[in-house]
Amino acid sequence: MSAFSAIGEERESNRDEFTPGLEPQPTWCPGCGDFGVLKALKGAAAELGLSPDSMLLCTGIGCSGKLNSYFESYGFHTIHGRSLPIARAAKLANTGLTVVAAGGDGDGYGIGGNHFVHSARENHDMTYIVFNNEIFGLTKGQTSPTSPKGHTSKTQPHGSAKDPIRPLSLSLTAGSSYIARTAAVNPNQAKDILVEAIEHDGFSHIDFLTQCPTWNKDARQYVPYIDVNESDDYDHDVHDREAAASLMYETESKLYEGEVLTGRYYVDDERPSYQQEKRSIGELPEEPLAERYFDDDYEWERSYDMFLDQHR
Amino acid sequence: MTDQELIWRIAGGSGDGIASTSQNFAKALMRSGLNVFTHRHYPSRIRGGHTYTEVRVSDRPVKSRGDGYNFLLALGDSFARNPQEHAYYGNEEAKPLSENLDELVEGGVIVYDSGLLDASEVPDFEERVAENDWHVFDVDLRTIAREHGREVMRNTAGVAVTCAVAGIDPEVIKSLMRDAMSEQILEPNLAVFDDAYDTVTEEYDVDAPSVSVPEGEQDEEPVLLSGSDAIAYAALDEGCRFIAGYPMTPWTEVFTIMSKNLPEVGGISEQVEDEIAAAALALGASHAGVKAMSGSSGGGFALMSEPLGLAEMTETPVVLVEAMRAGPSTGMPTKPEQADLEHVLYTSQGDSNRVVFAPGTVEEAYTQTRRAFQLAYDYQIPSIVIYDQKLGGELVSVPASHFDEEPNPSLGATLTEAELAEAPHDDSGKFNRFQYDAENGVSPRSIPGQKGGRFLATGNEHMPAGHISEDPTNRVNQVNRRMQRLASIRAELDADEGSHQTYYGPEDADYGIMTWGSQQGTVEEAVDRLNADGYSVKAIGVSEMMPYPVEEVSAFLESVEQCLVVEMNASAQFRGLTQKELGRYGEKLSSLLKYNGNPFEPAEIVAGFAARIAEDGEELPGQQTKFVPAAGD
Repeated sequence: MSAFSAIGEERESNRDEFTPGLEPQPTWCPGCGDFGVLKALKGAAAELGLSPDSMLLCTGIGCSGKLNSYFESYGFHTIHGRSLPIARAAKLANTGLTVVAAGGDGDGYGIGGNHFVHSARENHDMTYIVFNNEIFGLTKGQTSPTSPKGHTSKTQPHGSAKDPIRPLSLSLTAGSSYIARTAAVNPNQAKDILVEAIEHDGFSHIDFLTQCPTWNKDARQYVPYIDVNESDDYDHDVHDREAAASLMYETESKLYEGEVLTGRYYVDDERPSYQQEKRSIGELPEEPLAERYFDDDYEWERSYDMFLDQHR
Repeated sequence: MTDQELIWRIAGGSGDGIASTSQNFAKALMRSGLNVFTHRHYPSRIRGGHTYTEVRVSDRPVKSRGDGYNFLLALGDSFARNPQEHAYYGNEEAKPLSENLDELVEGGVIVYDSGLLDASEVPDFEERVAENDWHVFDVDLRTIAREHGREVMRNTAGVAVTCAVAGIDPEVIKSLMRDAMSEQILEPNLAVFDDAYDTVTEEYDVDAPSVSVPEGEQDEEPVLLSGSDAIAYAALDEGCRFIAGYPMTPWTEVFTIMSKNLPEVGGISEQVEDEIAAAALALGASHAGVKAMSGSSGGGFALMSEPLGLAEMTETPVVLVEAMRAGPSTGMPTKPEQADLEHVLYTSQGDSNRVVFAPGTVEEAYTQTRRAFQLAYDYQIPSIVIYDQKLGGELVSVPASHFDEEPNPSLGATLTEAELAEAPHDDSGKFNRFQYDAENGVSPRSIPGQKGGRFLATGNEHMPAGHISEDPTNRVNQVNRRMQRLASIRAELDADEGSHQTYYGPEDADYGIMTWGSQQGTVEEAVDRLNADGYSVKAIGVSEMMPYPVEEVSAFLESVEQCLVVEMNASAQFRGLTQKELGRYGEKLSSLLKYNGNPFEPAEIVAGFAARIAEDGEELPGQQTKFVPAAGD
């Protein structure tokens, strides 16, 4: 019998289960895009029949980092940029958990960029949501890795001399096996993408455009948007890596020209997840490892029996 | 050094198999019934560069390197840099001979490979040999090796010559070769061995030198283990089934041993992008219910500061190991030093809230790493084991029975689902993971996936269910509870049967020597000699760095007139910690420091003590140690 009975339960769930019974009202500014992420995530969790006790939501630091204060589940509000290494280890320790990591664009593409690249490269079976508002919000409006070139702020008074990072292209190059961009202003698409991302066996990366009405007033509200999977102007095959690379480049460039493209860009269902790869070389047990610590019948190995002979 | 022991130094270039040859030699002699202790000296370089390993062999227990050594086997350096005497790095080709002569004792033996080394390139070689009454055996080891096998087998030839000159039964070595070598290379190696043995026996009077190996018999079955082995086995026996790391000398040894062994016990090893990730992964795994560790050396550990603080704030159990090397910055990567103590005690923002052990021996490395795990999980606190390249890398023969212990996979203060059903929750259904009034300051945790256990872990200050809070009353309650755990741990350690501190020498001695970590064995040997010389000295090796054993150390210092603190750093960090924790005794504590990249030799401690504490007027030997007087002196 599992020591983690919340996992794998067949059940109907509804979005209200993921709303805290106490102080459910987020402290985000009115009109903030972060509300859209919260709403979409609740909808996705409900649609997937998950329970609050079966999910671990790891966040970074920033306005986005407060997501797990307003989403009822196990939460780990980590440190700036480090949600991914904590999340992926939790998934390795207990492969039954549904693990979602979330953070802002500074968190994921700046300070935590190394973890982003390597988590994608390794294709951990988890979902990563990046709240991309092209600004540092909680520290009051500094230029971020996704701010457009020339962006002026108190820390870049003469305008940023840097080209913004290309998050989708970076993700593809790094190795993510599910890559999408959605926007807070498109909650239905966002929820559907989150459902697919959580169900996907591998590293799912969602660049989630979240408008910041307080510190990034100049920025677009990300409307109108074009869904590249729906629009007649695009005939995109999400399994075509080269086409994805090309469309990502176009999408990233057009954002700064005022045209918002969203949708699924790349899906690789063939690539084994890191968990599968690791099992295939005998480095990850079949059963979730965390179960063993609750199994009174497990015979724990002794180094004296197993390893000391070579030293004799 | 006595006639009853061999201190054999095998010298050559990095990449020439010095480490594996010396390991086999040590193990063979251990199997023959002797006690062995190895000391490694090597450069941060893959190919070439001055490298040696000393194997000290005795019929009595050995717990330190010696003073100098009495048998040199100088092999060539296959990858030496340009042979210019006045180049930055000197004449590297000659170094296996030239660099090792200063510490060779009078009457000692030199065996060198005349196929690769030219003694005429070593300044004043003949004069020094005559002056010191050294016995020189120049044998063309390379040619013998080439004749029967490959050039690398010159190490085997050198070991054969060692056996002939030091009177070691060749069968002792050969039987180990049969165990350790594949069939393919065994035959040529045995042929090389026999040819070299016969050659030196025919050409030289091998009985001339007085250097010989005693015969011995162990009371208990020994194993040849390093501190790194002991740390890894302790972790496995505590049920640690997850390690994350990034390579860095000398921590890599523990990481390597764990990575090799974990899959065999259904565990997970993760080599990751950097040390920030490594520590964060260990936290993530532990949070999700698997006992976990990470570690690094100084520079990598610096990157772990932030996750370490997160572990303190979220009360996530984790064990980190820190293998010190000479700093600051890249420093001297392969050389030991004990200068990361303050780094490990205080790094990361906020009030430090962690357990730190500094084992002094291979056995202590096992016992204390296990204790570090127990405290980490029982008290939900990060535990750190700090050691150095010396303890991590030195192979010592120790009783196998020390490791014949039962496993302890307990997750410590963790609830089951049945217990969670009875536990307090808030109105949102969240489990109150961080309750104010917890016994000993420990509020039991739940594990993600458990029904009824959800809570928020956060690096922010937080309320009982984990929601972030800046309320002053909540803040004080939580800080007090978290800090209370250190006091509880101190009380538990004080109540332990036995102590993690190691006492040595006559209890009623007038003077004290205090040390920490890997210098303990060397200090003990110095204490023996000082007492034999008529001084009255005892020693304490302190292992508990945090929480500090205030009562034990106070009692020790009360009982002596003066105390010399021996440590391998330039700023007397352990002495400073002691004065800070005890708030007095500054006038009793003087320091003997060494930070040249080599561990103390017993004679340096003897000389430092005799010269300063007993004030008999002698000067400290050379420039390699530094004395810092007590306050008020």
